[in-house]
Amino acid sequence: MSEIILTPKEQPQVPLEANTITPDSFAGKNIDEISNIAIWNGNKQFRLSEFFDVQGESAENPSEIKIIIDGDIYNTKRIGQSMTAGEITVKGNANMYVGAEMDGGKITVEGNVGSWAGQDMKGGELTVLGNAGDYVGSAYRGDWRGMSGGLITIHGNVGNEIAEYMLGGKMVIKGNVAIMPGIHMNGGLLIIEGNVVARTGGEMKGGTIVVKGVIDEFLAGFKYLGVERNIEVEGEIIEGAFYKFKGDLATKGASGIVYAAVAGNGHIVPK
Amino acid sequence: MEHIIKNGIVYDPLNEVNGEQMDICIKDGKIVDSVSEDANVTDASGQIIMPGGVDPHTHIAGAKVNVGRMIRPEDSKKDAESLAGIKRAGSGFSVPSTFMTGYRYAKMGYTTAMEAAMPPLLARHTHEEFVDTPIIDHAAYPLFGNNWFVMDYLKEGDLDKCAAYVSWLLKSTKGYTIKIVNPAGTEAWAWGGNVHGINDPAPYFDVTGADIIKGLAEVNEMLGLPHPIHLHCNDLGHPGNYETTLASFDIPKGIKVNPKHGSREAVLYATHVQFHSYGGTNWRDFVSEAPKIADYVNKNDHIVIDVGQVTLDETTTMTADGPMEYDLHTLNGLKWANCDVELETGSGVVPFLYSPRAPVPSAQWGVGLELFLLVNDPGKICLTTDSPNAGPFTRYPRVMAWLMSNRYRTDMIENKIHKWAQRKTSIATLDREYSLYEIAQISRSTPAKVLGLSDTKGHLGVGADADISIFNFNPETQDPSADYMAVEEALSNASYVFKDGEIVVKDGAVVNIGIHGRTYWVNSLYDAELEKQVEAEVEKVFKQYYSVNFANYPVQDEYLPRSNPVNGVME
Repeated sequence: MSEIILTPKEQPQVPLEANTITPDSFAGKNIDEISNIAIWNGNKQFRLSEFFDVQGESAENPSEIKIIIDGDIYNTKRIGQSMTAGEITVKGNANMYVGAEMDGGKITVEGNVGSWAGQDMKGGELTVLGNAGDYVGSAYRGDWRGMSGGLITIHGNVGNEIAEYMLGGKMVIKGNVAIMPGIHMNGGLLIIEGNVVARTGGEMKGGTIVVKGVIDEFLAGFKYLGVERNIEVEGEIIEGAFYKFKGDLATKGASGIVYAAVAGNGHIVPK
Repeated sequence: MEHIIKNGIVYDPLNEVNGEQMDICIKDGKIVDSVSEDANVTDASGQIIMPGGVDPHTHIAGAKVNVGRMIRPEDSKKDAESLAGIKRAGSGFSVPSTFMTGYRYAKMGYTTAMEAAMPPLLARHTHEEFVDTPIIDHAAYPLFGNNWFVMDYLKEGDLDKCAAYVSWLLKSTKGYTIKIVNPAGTEAWAWGGNVHGINDPAPYFDVTGADIIKGLAEVNEMLGLPHPIHLHCNDLGHPGNYETTLASFDIPKGIKVNPKHGSREAVLYATHVQFHSYGGTNWRDFVSEAPKIADYVNKNDHIVIDVGQVTLDETTTMTADGPMEYDLHTLNGLKWANCDVELETGSGVVPFLYSPRAPVPSAQWGVGLELFLLVNDPGKICLTTDSPNAGPFTRYPRVMAWLMSNRYRTDMIENKIHKWAQRKTSIATLDREYSLYEIAQISRSTPAKVLGLSDTKGHLGVGADADISIFNFNPETQDPSADYMAVEEALSNASYVFKDGEIVVKDGAVVNIGIHGRTYWVNSLYDAELEKQVEAEVEKVFKQYYSVNFANYPVQDEYLPRSNPVNGVME
């Protein structure tokens, strides 16, 4: 694996649009050429080297390239957008749209990320060690066809409407979630290890949501199916006892499944 | 400014020019007999020359078009163009932004396009969007088929007052024709229902679709309008609707044609007939009845139709047929916008995927092509996709290529689309191929004539507006039937387009936006006294029911950068 190290200079006040920072766009270029790759800041184009020191060695094939962003890029958006292969590691925070439309390869962000991480993701792996904003693994605004493949893992907490219109793939949230996780979900698997504030699976028609923590408020559109132990979803066994629900029956033909851990969720089960 | 276009191969059906090599002379925006030696020369050797395209039915400006843009950011994302030369940036695959709409029509050699549904109350918005739509000449069709005043006057049997009202409204909204959409049905939708067929009365008003079609068809000729009534029949998209369609076609038959401008022969223009040619009772036993509809058109001279060809794309449906859009939304489960326009009409917007692999869209594709191929006279049928309802207007070149190439259609039928196209329609058995002359008819001369604009549009004779399209396809060495991809490519990217005598497109790119397009509208005066009386009645109702003041309703002349009135009766 060839490593290319991008050391951030000062982050601009207007966010950088860094959709050209991918192994795909670096492949086959030498370090000078990579330094000259165009990057948008507001309505102007700059060279990558104006915002990053570029070092290391490139390769012909994106799958042989690892990009290490050695610092905090809290005001840089679209890292790894549409990447198909290779690796990116960010050793700090990143802004919105990390790994949007990603189709392959691996992104790891050691800090926090903004909203829309993994938007419309099709494949690959996106891991965030810190927190993420709203709309993790969601559809593009207005679209009804969201994340269709790949794996997103967020170790911290996330915001609202994650896995919106999810069609496939897997998302694991190790921390807590705000409202409406899995809204309009049609497929795939969403595992929430922490707590959820409210409206889990609102208007979901398919797919599975597993909540290991506590759901404060649950929707009335779900039918309670009983308790299951050591559940099997998408070929994996999740240990523990879960209340099983089907819904959201507010939507025609819905057959989504929500599992909520028995521990702490007695209040959402019909008496 | 003088121009001469040399050595092109000309297709000009209104002047019966069929593939002759000749020069076209232009002076001061018009086509003339000859020009001086100083004229700019454009060499069109080995290329097709046609008049600028005329789209008689499209949705490009106004409130519901804009709702289509707003509820579909994903449609904008998939097709965006950045700033380039004189061109502004824009976006939208099925519902392009206004500027892109103008550029994209021009790029395909189209220089006139008519907005087919304008709620009178929202006329101002429609004209505002025209102001921002470059290059193309245009007009808007105000909706009359569910209008309270029209229904009241027809209920009273007072055709004179109805005519005076229509005349006043056309002037007030700067509208061009009498558009009728699902007559009585959209009014019923305001009550949560719909009508079925032409004999179902609108709630409260107690007039039927048939009454409205008949009354307005008579009013149309009393006013001497350039275009016949423009009818979107009842029961759009419902299996079994062809009977309603044929019954609707028969209603205005026998009314005497009376245009004060132009030379149309029809008293009925029926639009997107593809959506109205279905047999069966549901989507399982559905079958095409396009042959029966085509047979009717072949046997009757009072009617011209357009097709509304399905292009098998992901698109956005938008119509004043509010209840139909609700049906569509319950069918496909996608997002839906609905609007009720006070005393006048309604509308709905729903995205739609005409997937080539799905049975119904494939059959609809076949139904549209059956109409094209079974109507014998291209002087009675116009090319449309009811853009964007059955597909975006940017697919016209593809539809033309399908019509000119049985091989292209066979490849679609055998390899690309669902077998319902063969099973539910007769398309696989039709081997007719359109000639370039016939393509020029359905996209140029026929629409221009039925719009009443064939004095200046849709032909290349002396006195016509110098709206000219040139395509890099040599009919002497290339065969559109065999080389269908090349003809589609050539028709998508005109090598030159002249608008009002100026080059606006070169090599498929917009190079100049020229002068602003004309807004055609109908100026008529049926009976000055009666019109005053009707206006007073309308004003009274305004105070009671409308959300705007009467004085703020008419569109001022300032809204039309290039106003082009066309006269009806003037008494």
